[in-house]
Amino acid sequence: MKLLIIGFLICISIIFTITYTSTFQSDPLKESIVRGKEIYTDFCVTCHLPSGLGTENIYPPLANSDYLKNNREGSIKGIKFGQQGELVVNGKTYNNVMAPLGLSNAEIADVMNYITNSWGNKNDEMITVEEVSKLKK
Amino acid sequence: MKHLLSLFSIVILTYSSCAQPHSTKVLAESTASVNYTTEVVVSGLNTPWGMVFLPDGSMLITEKTGEFYRVVNGEKTVIEGMPEIYVRGQGGLMDLELHPKYNENGWIYISFASPEGEGEGGNTAIMRAKLEGNTLVEQQLLYKASPNSTKGVHFGSRIEFDNDGYLFFSIGERGNRDVNPQDITRDCGKIYRLYDDGRIPEDNPFVNEPNAKKAIYSYGHRNPQGLVIHPETGKLWNNEHGPQGGDEINIIQKGKNYGWPVISYGINYDGTSFTELTEREGMEQPIFFWVPSIAPCGMTFVTSDLYPELKGNLLVSSLKFKYLERLIIEDNKVVKREKLLDDIGRVRNVRQGLDGYIYVGVEGKGIIKIIPQQ
Repeated sequence: MKLLIIGFLICISIIFTITYTSTFQSDPLKESIVRGKEIYTDFCVTCHLPSGLGTENIYPPLANSDYLKNNREGSIKGIKFGQQGELVVNGKTYNNVMAPLGLSNAEIADVMNYITNSWGNKNDEMITVEEVSKLKK
Repeated sequence: MKHLLSLFSIVILTYSSCAQPHSTKVLAESTASVNYTTEVVVSGLNTPWGMVFLPDGSMLITEKTGEFYRVVNGEKTVIEGMPEIYVRGQGGLMDLELHPKYNENGWIYISFASPEGEGEGGNTAIMRAKLEGNTLVEQQLLYKASPNSTKGVHFGSRIEFDNDGYLFFSIGERGNRDVNPQDITRDCGKIYRLYDDGRIPEDNPFVNEPNAKKAIYSYGHRNPQGLVIHPETGKLWNNEHGPQGGDEINIIQKGKNYGWPVISYGINYDGTSFTELTEREGMEQPIFFWVPSIAPCGMTFVTSDLYPELKGNLLVSSLKFKYLERLIIEDNKVVKREKLLDDIGRVRNVRQGLDGYIYVGVEGKGIIKIIPQQ
């Protein structure tokens, strides 16, 4: 009888833990950032580097980038449709070409959530698939 | 747009000489200035990847995003009937090459990232086809690397014919560094050789190896995007992107292992190291490596009499530093490097036209012709 009660209690606690974790600890933004980091490592890192610092005069920084902070829509569009021509970032003018990357809207949202929450950047207002899909050229 | 250039104004590269004979750390020197002009002959291109010159004076150009153009006097016409192209990251519609006997048979060779076959994503494919008016007809898929992958990197895909008419092409390791390049039973991280119709030559190096991909000619490559036959020796030269540092020029030999990622002169993008080794027995050394990486793509040897100073030199496009690199080579060693077309934009491709002029594909600009000034 004692064993039965102990077994019952263990089961209850396991179920509680699982429910608690999925209900209270799942964080869509955090999960998006984790996925976004993978996208970043595959598609972005060769130019913008793991540090997000880019290369002076060639590839603009994402870390502490005023452009990224102040141009949420423009940044999403840049990833979605490609970016070309002059771009002023932190007071410096860059003139380069970034081809459209062929990412899905979900992947664009993920990588945006990653870069806007890394290297000192902070963005509480999560970028969603819906937001990305609404943006047109 | 025309602007005067001083092609031979040199930017001294900021590293000193190195003890290794194949070292890339050649200090560039100043030479007398020679003036050239440039002319944009095709405008409005984003990523002009492949470029060939037809005997009738027109040009064929591919855009990575999937557009295929015939260009006559600067006017672009879209070619219809393209296969499905997987446009993602560095992949898309890539290189073009003409059959050595194009005049007789009309075959055009095309490389592209293709979603064909099993699995999500895509991988590099080689096809040949003909032009009927402005439509691509008689399409034959000659090779498709597998498995598909959703990774956005390292599709390789440069095409070149050698003097015996063999078809060579490169496929990068598709972001699967530790699995693909050293395994000859897998595609990717390889240079391949086929007959012009896609059959596998009987004397390819691994035809008798069990389970090997029989089309492989050499392996241990990262992402080769330059392939060119040396005009005098007839040997196949490649360039390939390294990671952070360690871009290479190699002379490609049958069945040889070029070492990636066991040996490398580069490091990870985050500054950490993935190998301590720069050489190992049984693995080929590059004849040259770049530190820092210039991100090389198209390359060509200059044979034209229009540029006496450049004749015999190797020109390599630099995506990263936005110039065309001139390499003077003696006895298979780089003795001098110079920057041409400095700050022109991301240089994707360079080829010599049938008219002897050098044409350069620049991202966001188009095709630029280099015109020597008397």
